[in-house]
Amino acid sequence: MLVLNDDQTMLQDAAKGFVQEKAPVAALRKIRDGKVADGFDRDLWRQMAEMGWTGVLVPEDQGGLGFGFVGAGVICEEMGRTLTASPFLSTAMMAATALSRAGTPAQKQRWLPAIVAGEAVIATAIDEGRRHDPAGTAMTAERSGNGFKLSGRKTYVVDGHAADAILVAARTGGTAGEKGGISLFLVDPRAGGLASERLSTLDSRSAAELAFDGVQVTSDDVVGEVDDGLALLEIVLGAGRAGLAAELSGNAQESFARTVDYLKERKQFGRTIGAFQALQHRAAHLFCEVELARSAVLSALQALDADADKASLAVSVAKSKASSVARLAAQEAVQMHGGIGMTDAIDIGLFMKRMQVASSLYGDADFHADRVALARGF
Amino acid sequence: MDALEAFRRDTRAWLDANCPAEMRVPVRGDEDICWGGRNWVFKSEAQKVWMERMAARGWTVPAWPKAYGGGGLSHEEVKVLKEEMARIKARSPLESFGIWMLGPALLAFGSEEQKKEHLPRIARGEIRWCQGYSEPNAGSDLASLQTRADDAGDHFAVTGSKIWTSYADKADMIFCLVRTDFSAPKHLGISFILFDMTWPGVSTKPILLISGKSPFCETFFDDVKVPKANLVGTLNRGWDIAKYLLTHEREMIGGGGGGLLGGRSPGQLAASEIGTDEAGRLADPFLRADAARAEVDALAFASTMARYKDEAASGGKGVGDKSSVLKYYGTELNKRRYELMMRAAGSSGLEWEGARTNDGELPRGWLRTKANSIEGGTSEVMLDIVAKRLLQLPSA
Repeated sequence: MLVLNDDQTMLQDAAKGFVQEKAPVAALRKIRDGKVADGFDRDLWRQMAEMGWTGVLVPEDQGGLGFGFVGAGVICEEMGRTLTASPFLSTAMMAATALSRAGTPAQKQRWLPAIVAGEAVIATAIDEGRRHDPAGTAMTAERSGNGFKLSGRKTYVVDGHAADAILVAARTGGTAGEKGGISLFLVDPRAGGLASERLSTLDSRSAAELAFDGVQVTSDDVVGEVDDGLALLEIVLGAGRAGLAAELSGNAQESFARTVDYLKERKQFGRTIGAFQALQHRAAHLFCEVELARSAVLSALQALDADADKASLAVSVAKSKASSVARLAAQEAVQMHGGIGMTDAIDIGLFMKRMQVASSLYGDADFHADRVALARGF
Repeated sequence: MDALEAFRRDTRAWLDANCPAEMRVPVRGDEDICWGGRNWVFKSEAQKVWMERMAARGWTVPAWPKAYGGGGLSHEEVKVLKEEMARIKARSPLESFGIWMLGPALLAFGSEEQKKEHLPRIARGEIRWCQGYSEPNAGSDLASLQTRADDAGDHFAVTGSKIWTSYADKADMIFCLVRTDFSAPKHLGISFILFDMTWPGVSTKPILLISGKSPFCETFFDDVKVPKANLVGTLNRGWDIAKYLLTHEREMIGGGGGGLLGGRSPGQLAASEIGTDEAGRLADPFLRADAARAEVDALAFASTMARYKDEAASGGKGVGDKSSVLKYYGTELNKRRYELMMRAAGSSGLEWEGARTNDGELPRGWLRTKANSIEGGTSEVMLDIVAKRLLQLPSA
């Protein structure tokens, strides 16, 4: 059934109430205007942990809630409506997925309780160029004693500047572009030879550029199988992409709702502008597009819960559709608000800025349309 | 094993045993569809057997109550039946306007006598219905219709004309909107009546379309005598039934985009026509980019249809005004599909007659899709409904 069950609906209601009270758009403005270096509010993150969100993808026998991807997506969607900044995507979705599925007993013991407690932030470092390309990983992991030495660069590592550990994709074999030969490592951000530069980004959150110069890790730091990390990375990325798609769906729904409200208030030529058919039809078309994005997102989240190994088509449909719909929603929101939509005084521009980041991350609408076409035989 | 899985197992076994092999091949076009009716000539023994076996179980209309010839299945069971039919590529045993439109309207508004009389005969494929809605001067503004049904004591005297009546020349009966009060506001003087296409005073004339085919007719009524018992619902409140029926029609049209050409998407069709590179990418990058976006939209749209049906089933209601979303998006998507297929086909999409192209099946189908965003309410009317009823935007 492509509907939320009772437990998921309760989680949605709780998430909506929580973010609207504790982390409305005004909270993002505080982070921006206060130049908060983390790009999120650590106190809010601890409160999210108290709500149980940090354990939403951690199985119950490992101390989490085991609520699954639909539950995680519901939270992302609500945070998308309020532009709530938090390490939920990087830590509670991507890192929790990697560690709970492929972590060694020691890794799980070290990190999963810390994630659930809201005490650890874990970033994932994948891309090296300006465009998303996991198989293009070129960073080297040369064998060295009982471990590996990592050398190379990583770009736009979400939450990388604030992380307590970084999951890094590097080559133990093969060359850039090949699917085999990629391995994943858990790296201490304070390790020798690792330089981090904080990026100030247009969504007022933060990311890091990382330079690795012979950073030493041990074989205990490998997550999953050596040389065969791309399959695990795909699942971790599936979690990230579906989370972003859900967030973009929430972003689009909210900027659209605010636009429809404005169409009902604003008067020009002696009438409410929402009575003009030129605007009605654009709004109605956008509503249909938002509906499609919502359906694609729910399908993807359910597919991940059913079998994460087989969800990549559904996830790419959702990421592609939600990215393009959120873009249309942001553009229409600014245009239909007119001049005021261009000002920093109202929030519409903030939705557009976050849309740009979230739609680009982990593959934009085109990247995922390409994957959909390949999966469908063309 | 839970009850639904048991139902799936039994359904699979029954379909395996009862669906003829010839009915496990995708329909190529309209000529493969079983419409039923008094004058229906089955295309094959397999088509006849398949319809009769399914009708005997009530599975031509699986969600309808058993008392009216249906299968009495739950929403979840209907989904399982459809999944199991899709698994063996089983054709639909019977299609008709009775199933899609009149049946749901009678179930909601008909008298017990009307349900008992008409629904089982729809379910068994015995009566083929057509829809008397549009008129020459009542298209998008349907409620301004002028076909009159005057009170003549024990019957109505019906005079006027309809247009775009699908398959009126092949139908046995018509469900028809008529004006029964000319002094009332236009929405409040309309009634919904049923009558036989063989009765005196009824005539039809096919309309030749740009596709070279004539799926639509002009239909004329000259003092047709219709018993008062054939009124459905309340006199002068037929617009409520008309609108309810339209939501079913729009849901059906919106979902109609996947059937032809073996159910293949434009990108998949293009890959077999044009070829792919080493990585498996369609060799025409411009066509591929457009086809990829259409594929994303088609998959997201399929999820939306499924979601709306699931929401409606769990809320105990129909899809309602959201049928306008499906009608608008589904028909615009289908037009995009055919534009892409014409691009993929190149000159092989330009032949009009001849066995090689099945008499220009693709270009005729392409031209046919241009009506999708007109029939059953234009895209512009659908957007009006979304704006006013779903978004509550003000009237001009």
